Amino acid sequence: MTFESPNVEGVDDDDRVFRALADPTRRFLLDLLFARDGRTLTELESELEMTRFGVMKHLKVLEEANLVVTRRNGREKLHFLNPVPIRQIHDRWIDKFTGDNAGALLGLKHELEGE
Amino acid sequence: MSGTQIYKVYIKASPERIWEAITSPEWNDRYGYRGRTELDLRPGGAVRGLSNTGMIASGAPEVGVDGEIIEAEAPHRLVQTFRMLMDPGTAAEGFTRLTYELKAGKDGVTSLTVTHELTGAPNLARLMAGEFEDMGAGGGWAWVLSDLKSLLETGAAFGD
Repeated sequence: MTFESPNVEGVDDDDRVFRALADPTRRFLLDLLFARDGRTLTELESELEMTRFGVMKHLKVLEEANLVVTRRNGREKLHFLNPVPIRQIHDRWIDKFTGDNAGALLGLKHELEGE
Repeated sequence: MSGTQIYKVYIKASPERIWEAITSPEWNDRYGYRGRTELDLRPGGAVRGLSNTGMIASGAPEVGVDGEIIEAEAPHRLVQTFRMLMDPGTAAEGFTRLTYELKAGKDGVTSLTVTHELTGAPNLARLMAGEFEDMGAGGGWAWVLSDLKSLLETGAAFGD
């Protein structure tokens, strides 16, 4: 596999999460699991206009990004939404911008706008 | 909702260190809800999650979580019952089942999977999914595990 990224070696967890989220079908699958998780491939497939193989491929990308976790229940494989990676991005980035930095930017905006 | 919530986090730490962070009272009050939790790590042993001073000041009972150990296989698998006593609504729902699984992977990274079986406990399910975070009730498991990862990897939790 080749990546365009300048940092080819260091494909980190965040990269995988952002790549996984950069696709509408995968976001739709996450929405489905958010509404109700513990679903089988067959249940998920019935919500999409796509081949079973296509859905499997998307679920695999989501699993590799740790956004979906599976569990066996007898013969069934159930899919669960794992919110931890999104939480980590929230904790690492969003908190940063909503904290002091965002405050500084708002201060600057007020200053520039003469308020 | 299926009644079961599963959370998985990869942490650059050994299973032994993560096990200690979960089961030792010296560690388990340093992240997440920051209540000191005492676990008697044998089948039938008691689990007591003590409220911290801030929680007690806001009216929480002294023991905020209780439960019983079902399985304790250090440092790979811990199964316990879990009842949240902080709120009458969750206390009345009774005991749920909580499983921690730790698996050593490549490059010193360990996966920690938390499975919380919450059938019959809709209030606790909402709390652990982080739905009450804006009310100051913490962000549930995703928040706890993200904080645990941060503590073990950087030495600092979010509130430090």
